[in-house]
Amino acid sequence: MLMRTEPEDVSASPFAVRGLTVGYGGDPVVQGVDLTVPDGAMLAIIGPNGAGKSTLLKASLGLVPRMAGTATVFGQPVARQRARIAYVPQRASVDWDFPARAIDVVMMGLYRDLGLLRPVRARHLDRARDCLARVGMEDFASRQIGQLSGGQQQRVFLARALAQDAEVYLLDEPFAGVDAATEAAIIAVLKLLRDQGRTVVCVHHDLSTVRDYFTHVFLMNRTAVAQGPVAEAFTQETLQRAYGGRLAFAAG
Amino acid sequence: MELGYNALLVLTGAGLLGFTGGATGTFLVLRKRALLSDAISHATLPGVALAFMAMVALGGEGRNLFGLMLGAALSAGIGLAVVQWLTGRTRLAEDAAIGAVLSVFFGAGVVLLTVIQTMTAGRQAGLEAFLLGSTAGMLRSEAEIIAAGGALCLLAVAGLRRLLVLAAFDPGYAESIGMNPRRIDAALMMLVLAVVVVGLKIVGLVLIVALLIIPPVAARFWTDRAGVMAVIAGLTGAAAGAGGALISALVPGVPTGPVIVLLAAGAFVLSMIFSPKRGVLAALARRRRWRAEVME
Repeated sequence: MLMRTEPEDVSASPFAVRGLTVGYGGDPVVQGVDLTVPDGAMLAIIGPNGAGKSTLLKASLGLVPRMAGTATVFGQPVARQRARIAYVPQRASVDWDFPARAIDVVMMGLYRDLGLLRPVRARHLDRARDCLARVGMEDFASRQIGQLSGGQQQRVFLARALAQDAEVYLLDEPFAGVDAATEAAIIAVLKLLRDQGRTVVCVHHDLSTVRDYFTHVFLMNRTAVAQGPVAEAFTQETLQRAYGGRLAFAAG
Repeated sequence: MELGYNALLVLTGAGLLGFTGGATGTFLVLRKRALLSDAISHATLPGVALAFMAMVALGGEGRNLFGLMLGAALSAGIGLAVVQWLTGRTRLAEDAAIGAVLSVFFGAGVVLLTVIQTMTAGRQAGLEAFLLGSTAGMLRSEAEIIAAGGALCLLAVAGLRRLLVLAAFDPGYAESIGMNPRRIDAALMMLVLAVVVVGLKIVGLVLIVALLIIPPVAARFWTDRAGVMAVIAGLTGAAAGAGGALISALVPGVPTGPVIVLLAAGAFVLSMIFSPKRGVLAALARRRRWRAEVME
């Protein structure tokens, strides 16, 4: 049985997925998933390794092909709502030896505004520097990205998403392999976004921080297992169903 | 020494081509698909030979540069498509597909060249220049085509620079903000193909890859910014291109391509040794400092 405490109205949801099925040639890694993120929620997508959490995000954004299903942002297909969403990929997905400074990466968040040829002006650079400052990285603007620590690289990625000034933030494992200071900095920024009425969705691994960080959870293991406010959907029983016997008392 | 208008035109063309090659190659190297240009360049040979035969069959001399470039572009395009198809539809990895296409197309081209040598019609002498490049006896119209082609490609690279950087660094993110990384990749391949075809006559198909790859890797030693890297690579390529054309013009019998490549390689070696951050000397100095600190 699926717990449903959220409205079924897709058009009111900043991010909703219906019947999403993804397969890389073999068995589907995500099958028939429905997800409705409430407006202003801070939602964690959780589930065991290989549950298809990152694939769910990537397929929703069109980064990997989907076999079936739709993904919408405020009721419109994602492809027509690119300006309203900001995506933070996994840190390990890029080559950090790339010739770019921290500020150059953040500037990429402005490329939608800049287009192909519009020149970079002082106000663009100011905005990029401001986004770096919001994640506590203002002193590293000119540092080559390969010389940053893993946590600092993750913060640069978040700053790039902030530069987009979106309404919906989709983050793929933002806390994976980062130091405690970075984790604190990132969660502070995300909570601030939520306080401003933005919606935040994170693929998340650490079950011990779910209650502190998030308002809503979505549990999945290839298929949807449970979703709703943390107090209702993040229970011993739902965890047991998502993780099987592998996890005993994480929900404590 | 006095350079005539023609020689100046050839130098300009070679310089422009070198700049474009270095700038285009920067994005190819950053996208980690440098080797693909080798398949593209070798796949031009059957097209050059067939275009020559076609033009002779139609009653021409067979040496019209524009016609030969058209043939080169067509067969390089087919070679590129075969690589993409092999990589996408079979279990072959891209490097294996590149090797297969490169050798098969080049082999076919060499066979066609042998056939051409037995033909009595047409003026086949000089067709071998497409292998190693030559500026000797270049017509003014040919130099103009090369200069204009190089300039056009350069404009295209400049216009697409943001997309090319984004797709090379983080294609997933590029897609998420509404760019299409597959289309950007295709545009990059078209640019590489254009540079190869424009440069065939000057650098030759065997060595033009060097003009796309060596200047960017030399430039990487001097900067941590993709845009600056493209400009430095462009300048390096321009110097190598113009210098190679000049030397080849002054010393009879020396093919242009190898001289251009050697000049670019010289820039690479100097960069590798003297780069302040990534160079061999800098690394030695760092190690010495580190050892002194530890010994204290």
